[in-house]
Amino acid sequence: MTTAGSQITSPAQLEVPLVAPPAGGRRRSLKLTPGRIAVYAALTVLAIIVLYPMLWLFLSTFKPSSEFGQNQGLLPESPTIDNYLKVIEGIGGIPLWRFFSNSLLLAVAAVVGTLFSSSLAAYAFARIRFKGAGIFFAAMIGTLLLPFHVIILPQYIMFQRLDLVDTFWPLIIPKFLATEAFFVFLMVQFIRNIPRDMDEAARIDGAGHLRIFMSIILPLIKPALITSAIFTFIWTWNDFLGPLIYLTSPENYPLPIALRLYNDQTSTSDYGATIAISFVALLPVLLFFLVFQRFLVDGVATQGLKG
Amino acid sequence: MSALGELRTMAKGRGSGRRDVRSKNPDNKAGFAFLAPWLVGLVVFTIGPMLASLYLSFTDYNLLQPPRWTGLDNVSEMLGDERLWNSLRVTLTYVVVSVPLQLIFALGIAMLLDRGMRGLSFYRSVFYLPSLLGGSVAIAILWRQVFGADGLVNGFLSWFGIEGPGWISHPDFALGTIIVLHIWTFGSPMVIFLAGLRQIPEMYHEAAQMDGAGKIRRFFSVTFPLLTPIIFFNLVLQIIFAFQSFTQAYIVSGGTGGPSDSTMFFTLYLYREAFTELDMGYASAMAWFLLIIIAGFTAFNFWLSRFWVFYDD
Repeated sequence: MTTAGSQITSPAQLEVPLVAPPAGGRRRSLKLTPGRIAVYAALTVLAIIVLYPMLWLFLSTFKPSSEFGQNQGLLPESPTIDNYLKVIEGIGGIPLWRFFSNSLLLAVAAVVGTLFSSSLAAYAFARIRFKGAGIFFAAMIGTLLLPFHVIILPQYIMFQRLDLVDTFWPLIIPKFLATEAFFVFLMVQFIRNIPRDMDEAARIDGAGHLRIFMSIILPLIKPALITSAIFTFIWTWNDFLGPLIYLTSPENYPLPIALRLYNDQTSTSDYGATIAISFVALLPVLLFFLVFQRFLVDGVATQGLKG
Repeated sequence: MSALGELRTMAKGRGSGRRDVRSKNPDNKAGFAFLAPWLVGLVVFTIGPMLASLYLSFTDYNLLQPPRWTGLDNVSEMLGDERLWNSLRVTLTYVVVSVPLQLIFALGIAMLLDRGMRGLSFYRSVFYLPSLLGGSVAIAILWRQVFGADGLVNGFLSWFGIEGPGWISHPDFALGTIIVLHIWTFGSPMVIFLAGLRQIPEMYHEAAQMDGAGKIRRFFSVTFPLLTPIIFFNLVLQIIFAFQSFTQAYIVSGGTGGPSDSTMFFTLYLYREAFTELDMGYASAMAWFLLIIIAGFTAFNFWLSRFWVFYDD
C-alpha cells in the first residue's frame, strides 16, 4: 500500500475545500420570523454566557485584591492598576518580561521548526514515490492518536542523560523533527489537492524535487502554512506539561508555569495579581484570534484539529 | 478526508492512492531525504521511547540507580493500588460524562447556526474562542475564581437566595467544575459539525420535504445519518484527548488532585508517581495501562460504529 503519488482518492476530498464557503451559502430566506427571532435570542444569551467569564476576567484585573470575594460583579468598585504594576515587577525577583520572552522564544522556535519539518515530510508523502511510503504514512496517522504519556517518561530520561533538563532544547528539538503529526497531515491533504500539472511541467523542464518544493509547492500551500503556524504558536504558548517537566529554574519559566507560581504561592492573598497575570498570558492568544479567526475556524472545520 | 477516514480506508485495504509504485520509477533517495527529519523524530521521539517505556514497565527505576528488572511486580502493585483505581474511576467519569455532553451541545448549536442565518460567522467565532483558550493555565485559574466559595457562580445563585457551596473545594462538585470547563469549549466540535452540515446537499432535504417529512423526521432520516461519520470522528478523537487531560485538573486542584482525590485524574497520578515519587518504572507501567485502555475504547468505538455510522460511499 502506498500513499505516494496519490491524488484525489475519495469524493469527500473534493468536497472539502480548505476555505469553507462563505456563511449563508445556502439559499434560504433570511426573513425575520418569530421562530428566527427566538433562535437569535437564544444564541445571544448563550454568547453572553460563553463570553461572560472572560469579560469578568478582564474587568477584574482592575479590582484591588480586597474586592475579590465581596464584589462578584463586572465592574470594580475602586478601580486600580496596582495589579498590573505588581505583575510587571514579577515574582521571586524575576520580572514579567522574562517569563514573557521565554514564552515567545519557545513559541517562535516551535513555529519555525514545525513549518520546516512538517512541510518537507508532507511533500514526501504527497508527491514522491518511494519504498515504504505507505507504512510510514500509516505510522504518521498512528502517532496522531498515540497518548503522549507512553513516550514522555523515556524522553525525559533521555534529555536528563544528555544534561539538557532545565534548558529549552527538550521543548524545541522535537518540533524540528515533525513530531506534531497533525500539521504533517494537514499539509499532506493540502498538497494532494493541488493539481499536478505544474510540477509535471517543471519536471519536464528538468527541475528536481527540491526546486519543485521550494518554488511551486511552498507558495501554493501558504494557507496551510499560516494555519499551522497559528495553531503551533497558540498550542506552544499554552503548553503546560512540557515546561512543567523540563524547566526547573524560575528564570527559565514561560508564562503558564509562572502563573502556577502565583496560583500556588498567593492563591489566598493576592487574587488581583493572579487574575492580572492570567489576563496578560491570554492576551497574545486573543490577539491572534482577532486577527486570524478565519484561518483558525477554517482550519478546524476542514481538518478537525483538536484546538 | 479526515485522519480517521484515512485510517478507515487503510483498514479496508484500499490505501489512498493505491497505485503501482514499481511501474514508474520510485525515487527512494528523494523520498527519504525529504522525510529525514520526520523519520528521525519517529525513531528518537516516538518508537524508541515507546519501547523504552515498555521495558521500564517491568523494572524498578528511580533515575538514580540503573533500572532493576522486577518482572510483573508493577502490575501486581497496580492491581492492589486503590488510589490508581480511584484515579481511573475519576478519569472514566470525566470522559463518559463530558465528551457526550460537549458533543450533544456542539451539535445542537451547530444546527441552530445552520439555518442560513445572518451573523453566522460572528456567533461561530464567539463560540469557538473558548476552545482556543480552554486548555490554558490562565483559564483554569479563572475557573477557580468563578467556582470558588465567593465566586461568580455563587454570586449569581445568591440573587435567588441560594447559598452555593465552595464548588472547587467540595469533593462532590470539584470534578463537575472541570466537566463544565470541558463543555464550555464546545466550539471546536461545533465548527466541525457546521462544516459537515453544510456539505449535506440541499436536495436531500427538499426531497424529504416533498415526501412530507417534518422537521424531526428530516433530522433523523436525513441530517443525522449523513452526519454520523463526523459525529464518529469527533467522538473518537475527543475520547482519546479527554483521557489525556491534565492541565485543568492540575491547576484547579492546585496540583494535588484534591479535595480527597476527587480530581485525581489518571494522568495526574501518573505525573506524581513519575516526577514526585521518582518511580519511573511504575509510572511507565501506568502509561502503558492508559494506552491499552484508550486503544480498547477506540477499538470498541470502531466496532460499535458498524451499527450506527452511515457511509455514503
